[in-house]
Amino acid sequence: MAVKDQYSLRVVLYDGDGAQPIPASDRFDATTALLEKGFSVTQAKPGQTVSPIGSAPLLLLGRFANTDAPEIAGTVPGSRVVSRNILGVDAAGISALSEAASLELQAARFGEWKPWFPVIDYDRCTNCMQCLSFCLFGVYGVDDAQKIQVQNNDNCKTNCPACSRVCPEAAIMFPKYKAGPINGDVVSNSDLNREKMKIDISALLGGDVYSMLRERSEKAQSRFSKERDADKALKERQKCLVKLAQSGDIPPEVLMSLPSPDEIARRAEEAKAKAAAALAHQTPPA
Amino acid sequence: MAEVPRILYCHCAYAQVVPAEVKTAVLRKLCDAGVAFDAVPDLCEMSARQDPNLQNLVSGGCVKIAACYPRAVKWLFAAAKAPLPPDGAEVLNMRVQTAEEIVTALLNTGLQPNVPQGKVTAEDAPQPVAAT
Ligand code: SF4
Ligand code: SF4
Repeated sequence: MAVKDQYSLRVVLYDGDGAQPIPASDRFDATTALLEKGFSVTQAKPGQTVSPIGSAPLLLLGRFANTDAPEIAGTVPGSRVVSRNILGVDAAGISALSEAASLELQAARFGEWKPWFPVIDYDRCTNCMQCLSFCLFGVYGVDDAQKIQVQNNDNCKTNCPACSRVCPEAAIMFPKYKAGPINGDVVSNSDLNREKMKIDISALLGGDVYSMLRERSEKAQSRFSKERDADKALKERQKCLVKLAQSGDIPPEVLMSLPSPDEIARRAEEAKAKAAAALAHQTPPA
Repeated sequence: MAEVPRILYCHCAYAQVVPAEVKTAVLRKLCDAGVAFDAVPDLCEMSARQDPNLQNLVSGGCVKIAACYPRAVKWLFAAAKAPLPPDGAEVLNMRVQTAEEIVTALLNTGLQPNVPQGKVTAEDAPQPVAAT
């Protein structure tokens, strides 16, 4: 499973007191090489502020001609800090010694996964649970207060923004998506009304979850049982997935990796049950 | 806020959504300017991994961030339990602004907080900071 809650390596390029200045073009080359390898870089200058160090594993790099690397202010006890002299070392060499330091300091390594996952805009989210009900891959869950949460980023299918289409509030973003509002651009009323934003989740689920919970009449019961019919729900879901695929929103490889119809039906039931349980803890809307 | 804002640059390493020429030009100009700054490979991945470095990035006073849409950046930090200070963060958008505009705003010592507060629509969204 993925790395979580662990520091990645922070590299500090230092050219203050006790070190020779690093020309701008060399700083650019080194910074670019380090960023491409997944390391954070701080270009430190005397008298100027950068973010605090805290207990991040830290590699201090400088061109130290006749001196040792200086003490780093702001580290906390137990910090993992090493320094290296980069006098005469080029960007590729800096990148290699940073890799070695990352291993030595047991820093988390990033960069092996395209970070594709939903990000919820809680200013817009109404906690309706449609995303949780829709996603077949268990990406969503709820916290102790029954508030929707993204819980399993890694389960998200790369380049698939389908759940953002089912969100009635356009509250789900994929920052690396090509277009707004899914990429985080502002949401316009026309976005909310646009046909391709509106995937009828009730058709997928076999009935509106709120009405499921609220309506207790005979009629509602019978409609509910009819709509819950597993075959029908499955057909509707397939129709919806085809529609999303046709609009270019689900990459073919995601469709190819969908589980079997039986498994889809099972997971859909599971997701729906989770959503219904979460909704049952909320006050239904008036 | 009287303090000089820190600068944070996001390299958006694992996708091509930020034009390469814009991010390269922003990084090069920051290096040329000889200012101190923090640079991260990909804020999205740091958020997904809840990298504690994000806490450090928000905890050192006000900050200007060169990344993408302010709404996305706000919630990426929030998702990693490192919310941006509402009055202490300005987000420059490398997806839509020019490198020139962004660097001008980054190097200007004033701060124009623009992290969205509340439900944002096209009508009430903060406008991109104009180059001065
Ligand atoms: S579908 Fe949208 S509004 Fe509903 S819980 Fe999910 S993110 Fe929130
Ligand atoms: S925050 Fe924006 S600029 Fe940074 S990695 Fe994510 S999508 Fe790219």
